[in-house]
Amino acid sequence: MNTEIYNEGPVVHKPVFIDGHSVEIPILKVLQQDGTLYPGAELPEIDQELATKVYKTLAFHRVLDERMVAAQRQGRVSFYIAALGEEATSVGGAAALKDQDMIMAQYREQGALMFRGFTTEQFMNQMFSNEKDLGKGRQMPIHYGSNELNYMTISSPLGTQIPQASGYAYGQKLQGLDAVTICYFGEGAASEGDFHAGLNMAAVHKAPVIFFCRNNGYAISTPSDEQYVGNGIASRGVGYGVKTIRIDGNDILAVMKAVQLAREYALKESAPVMIEAMSYRLGAHSTSDDPSGYRTREEEAKWQAHDPILRMKNWMLAQNWWDEAQESELFEGLRDEVLAAVKVAEKIDKPELQEMVNDVYDVPPKHLQDQLDALAEHIKKYPDAYPVTSGRL
Amino acid sequence: MAQMNLLQAINNALDIAMADNDRALCFGEDVGHFGGVFRATSGLQDKYGKERCFNTPLTEQGIIGFANGLAAQGSVPIAEIQFADYIFPAFDQIVNESAKFRYRSGNEFNVGNLTIRSPYGGGIAGGLYHSQSPEAYFTHTPGLKVVVPRNPYQAKGLLLASIRDDNPVIFFEPKRLYRASTGEVPEEDYQLPLGKADVVSTGDDITLLAWGAQMEIMEKAAEMASADGISCEVIDLRSILPWDVETVANSVMKTGRLVISHEAPVTSGFAGEIAATIQQECFLHLESPIERVCGLDTPYPLAQEKEYIPDHLKVYEAIKRSINY
Ligand SMILES: Cc1ncc(C[n+]2csc(CCOP(=O)(O)OP(=O)(O)O)c2C)c(N)n1
Repeated sequence: MNTEIYNEGPVVHKPVFIDGHSVEIPILKVLQQDGTLYPGAELPEIDQELATKVYKTLAFHRVLDERMVAAQRQGRVSFYIAALGEEATSVGGAAALKDQDMIMAQYREQGALMFRGFTTEQFMNQMFSNEKDLGKGRQMPIHYGSNELNYMTISSPLGTQIPQASGYAYGQKLQGLDAVTICYFGEGAASEGDFHAGLNMAAVHKAPVIFFCRNNGYAISTPSDEQYVGNGIASRGVGYGVKTIRIDGNDILAVMKAVQLAREYALKESAPVMIEAMSYRLGAHSTSDDPSGYRTREEEAKWQAHDPILRMKNWMLAQNWWDEAQESELFEGLRDEVLAAVKVAEKIDKPELQEMVNDVYDVPPKHLQDQLDALAEHIKKYPDAYPVTSGRL
Repeated sequence: MAQMNLLQAINNALDIAMADNDRALCFGEDVGHFGGVFRATSGLQDKYGKERCFNTPLTEQGIIGFANGLAAQGSVPIAEIQFADYIFPAFDQIVNESAKFRYRSGNEFNVGNLTIRSPYGGGIAGGLYHSQSPEAYFTHTPGLKVVVPRNPYQAKGLLLASIRDDNPVIFFEPKRLYRASTGEVPEEDYQLPLGKADVVSTGDDITLLAWGAQMEIMEKAAEMASADGISCEVIDLRSILPWDVETVANSVMKTGRLVISHEAPVTSGFAGEIAATIQQECFLHLESPIERVCGLDTPYPLAQEKEYIPDHLKVYEAIKRSINY
């Protein structure tokens, strides 16, 4: 047994305290805002076809967010979470993975699900809690999930997916699969106990999991300097013995490069990797939030200039892979598509009453079925009070 | 007297507690400058400084562990858990630590100064994770007090009493009523007793018992029943632990009937505890089985929230079942 856990290091005879920032963490940047590459920067594996798919996904994301925030204002959906300004982190991550890799997200990563092919209709069905929602209308809007697309259904309690991702990846490893797990979370969620538990478990048990922190500067109203004092979240990866990289999260080529390498490393070495993507939450936390209560317009404007979608567009234009005519055709088409899908989804029935007791267990036990039967009788007596289900009993 | 909503009453109570005792601190996620996601702590940082009213990192176990330490040291922590659904990461700190500090140390140490505030309950289209009523989990833990106000007047008086009580208190705030419930609230400092129920209206035929947001529903059902000539005695428990057995038992001895309602699932909910105690206290006075109108034994759904909620119609039906038994 090897109990030698101290690394050889310089020995001193006068005390030296190391501070959190004495370890310098470089930040990977590949693409500049004007669409040109940094000198010497290496591209990820990407060709015109993949680049076009990535760009179209980013565009879909932008349009969906705009439309759904507006739909919430009109009272058509109850709630929405946009990812304005950080779309590159989720879309770029998914684009660097294989379809068999599991995605365990926090809630602001719908871009990864878009890339995997979740359709406009499927997004709408979830947001309108109708009977076609894969989650059967039980969770709030934006809590998507799809077994077919290897996208674990979102859970609201923050950080809970982090140790689960370690376990999921460990299972993939034991089965010898050519698959890893990517686990997204915010810099806020990285304060939760589950984060520390999850990283340590993955490091000790060598799980092929990619921990992807979207450091977007805020957790609701709490700025990152009130969230942590050390050198970001990356320094914690190092502390747990997890191979770590920090990247520009608004640079989709840097995201793809880092995730491609992380996947390769996680599989080959059978070990976790940590990526800290520096970005900024340009929009509100959610439609229930108003950022003007805790930050300035000037600060937001500064980050507007780092728009990750515009940056990729500039690169696409420079490659001659894209032009303005395609651009306006794409955005107009997407706007129409989303609007049409809203109109369809909001008219689809809610799930049947039975769905309330299904899936609590594999089969509803007698006490649950009895409760449901009693409820159904009650609803029949007062049909007007329960318009959503009474017509369908 | 001033007109306040429930949030303003809580804010006012916190303000008074902090002015009155400079060892009192308010903290939690987004609690500082922003004043909390519901704005219960707004203005407090400006008034009492960043050292006494602050944002914490996003860690419920950290918040309550930190609060336990502060309380053990003699400070008066008033910790906010942003939603009661997210109190579970702190469950170990609350159940194994806050609740047992005094007992395990032979009263060498205690965290009696601790108050944990948290918005609870449904009816806001919050789905699984923004609607839970977890009070019963904590009532299973000796050493804690659990309090639930139903209106601004109660919120202020009960919160001040909770902060000054020498035991750790969990104070669940009905978020559905934060802005919806308004009323006259005395501007001065006052306290309402913990462990004492409030008889909201007297009646002869049946006792209706609930707490927090569920009180509105009981009152609505009582109104419906009264149109049928049924006279309801409506009681607000206010403190779930310890709870006022005497007031409830006296009422049931008079009416002979009891309907209890809460939003949390029926199985192992606190209504079960009340029913067991009251049948023991009032067995020979009961005219019909005690009725429980509670949430179903499922997680709190979104699309079928209306169906799930133990609403006034369900309570009204239970009243009729009890009367016609
Ligand atoms: C355990 C838990 N506590 C609190 C919340 C409420 N909450 C939802 S999102 C959020 C902020 C999360 O910030 P971060 O992880 O940085 O992600 P971001 O929203 O910035 O993408 C909070 C406090 C929650 N969902 N779960």
